[in-house]
Amino acid sequence: MTLDHLKSSLKPGFYAGIVALFISVIGMIETFSNRDIIHGVFSISHTFLVIIALITGYFSATRAQRAGIRQHGIDRRAEVVNAIAGSLIAGFVMGLFLAVLVVVANLINLRPVFVNVTPKLIDLLTFGRPSLAGSIVPLSMFTIVSGLGGALSLFRSDIRRLIVTSLLWFAFAGLISEVIRLSLSRLGVNVARKFVTTRGLTPLGAAVMLALIFAIVYASQRLRDRQRRQPDQSSPARKRAVRFRSWGLIFVLLLVLPWVVGRVPSDVLVLVGIYVLMGFGLNIVVGKAGLLDLGYVAFFAVGAYSTAILTSADQLPNIQLSFWAALPFVIGITGLAGLLIGAPVLRMRGDYLAIVTLGFGEIARFLALSDWFSPVLGGAQGVVKIPNVVIAGIELADPEELYYLIMFFCLITLFISWRLEGSRVGRAWVAMREDEQVAESMGINTIYYKMLAFAMGAMIASLGGAVFAVKLNTVFPFSFSVNVSITVLSLIIIGGIGSIPGVLVGAFALVGLPELLREFDEYRLLLYGVAIIYMMIVRPEGLLPSVRRGRELHEDEMAQDAWGKPAEVIPVPANPELSG
Amino acid sequence: MAAFFESKELVKKFGGLTAVNRFDLKIEEGEIVSLIGPNGAGKTTIFNLVTGFYSPDEGAIYFRGHDLVGMSPHQITGLGIARTFQTVRLFLNMTVLENVMVGQHTRGSSGVFGAIFRPPSYRAEEARIRERAEAQLGFFGTRLTGYRHDQPAFMLSYANRRRLEIARAMATEAKLLLLDEPTAGMNPRETQEMTELIGRLRDERGFTILFIEHDMRVVKGVSDRVVVIDYGRQIAEGTYAEVSQDEHVLEAYLGRKTKDAA
Repeated sequence: MTLDHLKSSLKPGFYAGIVALFISVIGMIETFSNRDIIHGVFSISHTFLVIIALITGYFSATRAQRAGIRQHGIDRRAEVVNAIAGSLIAGFVMGLFLAVLVVVANLINLRPVFVNVTPKLIDLLTFGRPSLAGSIVPLSMFTIVSGLGGALSLFRSDIRRLIVTSLLWFAFAGLISEVIRLSLSRLGVNVARKFVTTRGLTPLGAAVMLALIFAIVYASQRLRDRQRRQPDQSSPARKRAVRFRSWGLIFVLLLVLPWVVGRVPSDVLVLVGIYVLMGFGLNIVVGKAGLLDLGYVAFFAVGAYSTAILTSADQLPNIQLSFWAALPFVIGITGLAGLLIGAPVLRMRGDYLAIVTLGFGEIARFLALSDWFSPVLGGAQGVVKIPNVVIAGIELADPEELYYLIMFFCLITLFISWRLEGSRVGRAWVAMREDEQVAESMGINTIYYKMLAFAMGAMIASLGGAVFAVKLNTVFPFSFSVNVSITVLSLIIIGGIGSIPGVLVGAFALVGLPELLREFDEYRLLLYGVAIIYMMIVRPEGLLPSVRRGRELHEDEMAQDAWGKPAEVIPVPANPELSG
Repeated sequence: MAAFFESKELVKKFGGLTAVNRFDLKIEEGEIVSLIGPNGAGKTTIFNLVTGFYSPDEGAIYFRGHDLVGMSPHQITGLGIARTFQTVRLFLNMTVLENVMVGQHTRGSSGVFGAIFRPPSYRAEEARIRERAEAQLGFFGTRLTGYRHDQPAFMLSYANRRRLEIARAMATEAKLLLLDEPTAGMNPRETQEMTELIGRLRDERGFTILFIEHDMRVVKGVSDRVVVIDYGRQIAEGTYAEVSQDEHVLEAYLGRKTKDAA
């Protein structure tokens, strides 16, 4: 028996090794080692490496299995051997990269070139044995972990799903252990200390958490399996009642959320909420009308600044309206700004539109910074002393209270986009996105509908800007960099363009996590980039896609669609009957 | 009284190429006129001029008393001219019914506020749009009805796509339909059916029809009048029988006879 087919495992191991080496050398591993999933046992950086090794093991195992079948035919015993051997080889190759790093770092000082190859990194990679012999540690460890990943491929798929899902949720719980700690400590500091520390979960907390997650995942999988085996036969009215109840439950959960998690996470929730709101808004522009707007921050800025100027006690026009009195003006001004920017640029298409809007986004910031406007906009100092929002005599000062304001706006926006979906306006937008020329020839005034989408997106962004202004009570030009536009666009791409739950997940992942875990901040753009490239290749429809959008992006994979390509339409030749 | 449809001295140049050269055409209400000519004769360009996709370099187009030159395509559709495309262009990811409902766009008026607050007027309009869209689809027998309504358009067969495109054009409630090669790519039986359908479009629905066609059986079968163009100029006009004997037409299609060729 030749072992040729095991060569196929070298490639995944090689790639994984490069990735592991890369994130070590750029310092990611060291940065994330300050936070643990399980206190003192397992840090986030270890989690990263282990996840890479597990995935590598799994992939190389399946590759080796398939290669084995191609060469030697189907044989269950050989498959098991191939899977294990393949994953061990891949793990060994991956470990080799890190082992070499340890050896080289021992022999010569790498730090003049690779600043981040610190003794601490070597310590981490070798679990505290930074000597030359310590290089055996990553080598053996990743071989074993990758082997475990390979073993995973041998399980039945439902069991595998159970294990993987539970572990992922557990890792997630470890990531947000700070939130868990803060909410538990409301029950009592001593209770909290038993389960979570400032660094991560305690071993006891980890055990409880893992058991809990495992139970929930198991139960939900059983439930789903049962539903699949015997589809729900109950009446539509009953189904609606069930759906209504589950939405009600989610709503109640959202209502009590800030009081469960406490002040600091609530503050993050408000920020996430602002991005959710802008995500909904940009979804109308990009998702529904198909206009790639990279300058969305401009409208966020106009909303924030107009709120600031209209309400601040310290600003030149000295208008001092209340938040609610100012709001219609804010929305109106921003809508107008949307039309103003939209009018010249909306005749452009695709890439050109993207570039021009990107420019407008930057112009907005520079205008806010300029000396010319500084008497009104405050220049680099910005606008200060923006009063808090008051509802029925209650001042919304704390993030827990502001949360309701942003949630209220989010719900309104959600309602609006939901209502537009199946309407005449919504159909016109979709038609325009699908084929602008044909939409025009069906009587749709495409310029008007583009402007409408642009202005509506702008008005929604202005709500986000208004909340942003009263959240910080100050507005600075530096808050409105191009990063805001990119974040909003990224979050709807990653969540799934046109999808509402996608926006929530995307906003949480791209805005919430980096706020909770400051370590992420340094590598934020790197991670965005990786995430977006991955999404574009593997799941262009996003994590939680809308049905229609998913179809659009996988069009050419659908065999039935072969007709759709104009080149394949066969012209019928002129009939020779004419000559007779 | 002004003609139902009339184009006068229409000229369209693309760089050095004169695609349409002083083209005149008159159509009476209720006529079925076919536009034929060799490939590249300028037939589709004429459609694009009439529907506002291109603006002519010279000349004028009148439709029921309006001058169409300078109008944008959606305005022209609003006046009552609808078209189909040579390469079927549907909104592939919208459902069959939605495609036709988009066609009803110009016959509705609800906007954002209507959609959000859904007053009775909005709901009545939406119901009317849906009902009319279903009626258009019903014109094609059972081919595009029932479960097909909610199928995305990309799931349709080629012939059904052509039918759906016609249904969508019908839904604009136009007076004049421009059909660009309605039978291209169809098998003989489907072609026969389409020929009958074009006749029914006039007889039952009262559309005036101008269509481009290469299949002479269709042209012969249904047109009241045939207009032949070559190099953007009209070279013959009349009934099928007249045109098919015309010297210029034979020349355009088959080439000139040279006496000393043999």
